[in-house]
Amino acid sequence: MNIALKRPGRSLAAIAIVSTVVLAGCADSGDTGETTTATATDTTTATEAASDSEEGRGPITFAMGKNDTDKITPIIEKWNAQNPDEQVTLRELAGEADAQRETLVQSLQAGNSDYDVMALDVVWTADFAANQWLAPLTGDLEVDTSDLLQSTVDSATYNGTLYALPQNTNGQLLFRNTELIPEAPTNWAELEASCAGLETDCLTLQLKQYEGLTVNTVGFMEGWGGSVLSDAGDVTVDSDQAKEGLQALVDAYENGTISSASTSATEEETNLAFVGGDTAYAINWPYMFTNAEGETSEVAGKFEVQPLVGKDGVGVSTLGGYNNGININSENKRTALDFIKFIINEENQTSFAEASFPPVLASIYEDDALVEQFPYLPALKESLENAAPRPVSPFYPAISKAIQDNAYAALTAGKSVDDATADMKAAIEQASR
Amino acid sequence: MNTRAGQARSAAWLIAPALIVLAIVIGYPILRAIFLSFQADKSLDPTTGLFVEGGFAGFDHYLYWLSNRCMSPSGTVSTCPPGVLATDFWPAVRITLFFTVVTVALETILGMFMALVMNREFRGRGLVRAAVLIPWAIPTAVTAKLWQFIFADRGIVNSLFDTNISWTTDPWAARSAVIIADVWKTAPFMALLILAGLQMIPKDVYEAARVDGASRWQQFRLITMPLVKPALMVAVLFRTLDALRMYDLPVIMISASSNSPTATISQLVVEDMRQNNFNSASALSTLIFLLIFAVAFIMIRFLGADVSGQRGVKGRKVPGMRKRRQVKMEEEELVS
Repeated sequence: MNIALKRPGRSLAAIAIVSTVVLAGCADSGDTGETTTATATDTTTATEAASDSEEGRGPITFAMGKNDTDKITPIIEKWNAQNPDEQVTLRELAGEADAQRETLVQSLQAGNSDYDVMALDVVWTADFAANQWLAPLTGDLEVDTSDLLQSTVDSATYNGTLYALPQNTNGQLLFRNTELIPEAPTNWAELEASCAGLETDCLTLQLKQYEGLTVNTVGFMEGWGGSVLSDAGDVTVDSDQAKEGLQALVDAYENGTISSASTSATEEETNLAFVGGDTAYAINWPYMFTNAEGETSEVAGKFEVQPLVGKDGVGVSTLGGYNNGININSENKRTALDFIKFIINEENQTSFAEASFPPVLASIYEDDALVEQFPYLPALKESLENAAPRPVSPFYPAISKAIQDNAYAALTAGKSVDDATADMKAAIEQASR
Repeated sequence: MNTRAGQARSAAWLIAPALIVLAIVIGYPILRAIFLSFQADKSLDPTTGLFVEGGFAGFDHYLYWLSNRCMSPSGTVSTCPPGVLATDFWPAVRITLFFTVVTVALETILGMFMALVMNREFRGRGLVRAAVLIPWAIPTAVTAKLWQFIFADRGIVNSLFDTNISWTTDPWAARSAVIIADVWKTAPFMALLILAGLQMIPKDVYEAARVDGASRWQQFRLITMPLVKPALMVAVLFRTLDALRMYDLPVIMISASSNSPTATISQLVVEDMRQNNFNSASALSTLIFLLIFAVAFIMIRFLGADVSGQRGVKGRKVPGMRKRRQVKMEEEELVS
């Protein structure tokens, strides 16, 4: 029986192995051809497609994470009513940022035009631009961005070219429990002093090891005048000002100004702590305003918001929000462009503000009616005017990891700030090759 | 077609479709990953600011992971600074092996207890068997969230025992929390596999032992353990391979960061892919594959895990059985 099996068994095994090896080898040549296209050819095809005014128009799809699609659905309905020939279909992506990114990357790497317009998290714009997956908004796709908040436009610009149009933004606010701390601090030293003799926690913010830690570390560094990357792209995380900022954060954690619960806190834990009255100050995103005013809140009517505080005055908040990018493989780029311009018109940005979704159009923040309804708007505007985007780099995930790991070690493992920033610089340079 | 050779040949062709599917679904990805692991990742062209394909990288990726070897910007070779993924590799390997050894040991002991109880005859036995399986049936993501709430700073554990341990951030507390959650979840699985082995032991062997005057402990040591060993080793093998690939429990319960005190090697692969380094992630996947393959090989070859069910059929050594068979044969001879 064994002898008889040998021949058909062997030939089958041989076929299986050979076909596998052939498949592995063949697939490789298909891949390399796609991504080595030179930039010149890509931009010419984009402008050619857009210049023909009849071409480049048609139905498009819009991809966005499902957490916030309820704010965009009414806008899509308005557009569809006005443009019956250029319908927009909403494609909801997963709620979690990483899962959204994976879906988009898989589709774009294959060169698909499944998603014509994509709502990109601000930190992905440089990455997608460097991979040549976004159509640069130049030439026929040019947009006037003078009415938008400058920091949001900066987050969508890579290498001097605009690659996406901001849709909404987000900046952090300093929440203060007025029962515990009646006076608003104007700088960091005043904040620390005001907590003397307090029974509850002083300041709670997100210092767990995840993206929130990078956001807050960069916020402190920038609030003291430093930065992670210079405009030219050099790594400046070990400059004296950046080190001072990180030192302030580490000292505050050690002397108790920043609560020890912060190193296990994400936005949700910060929310619970502040709304439950357990902390005098909290740094969090504007969504907490609605929760703090709610019925079950312990601090309803007893709190105020203001921009973050830094070394000498107003601090620097890190930007959040979405930028809308057009897929380079899209066949209907003109429609896509008109749609993303439609989203930033005054009517639609006002509807964002009414849904607590901070708009990017600067004039909205001065609208009296809205300010009455949402008292945090002036504070938010000042915060956004002083905001800085996170490092605009195609290697953002690696940069974020370099900052997170070393900042966490400086906070909890006693690593010195000099060592931490030196390692951050080395790791960022290593990742940016 | 009635000859043995003919039947064997037609059998071979009948299983061919399944083999081809396996080759495509399992064989091709493994070989492709190995191929990719020798290619360099995309690098940034400084003049245009756009990504270009990397070329051939040789063993660079393997050296990066195994010996922490990085190229500094000035072109010299040096150790990778903290904050780069390669520095998390060896800690992650140590954590994964630690988790594997501890969880499998605890689950085997607990599983054995549970199986011995479930093997006895008592009223409500079916209900007990079904109830015991519930932790295994709940999806891991739900289990992880459940235990995260239990171990939260203001959760039940800290309230009941009046302690203030930060279960989710303190290194050893976090590791204990993950071990407790994993043992709770998987001991029933071990119990079930061991129960299957226990049920194959014939009852008359125990009766004979009782007649011969063996104590409970002697029965366990000399009858139960040797007879259940094949099934036990299969269960231990499956559990070990599963534990080496652990991903969802530490990620959801503690942290998805590869620098966390409970980071396993699977977390490193996902983190690397999120940084768009698909080729070095392929190298890491290949290394993990080799590690698991080595562990499985050792267990099957040297520790007697009986995966094919062949070993128990002929030549199974049962104490006292040989003598009984000899006596039976002599009786038959006498009769014939």
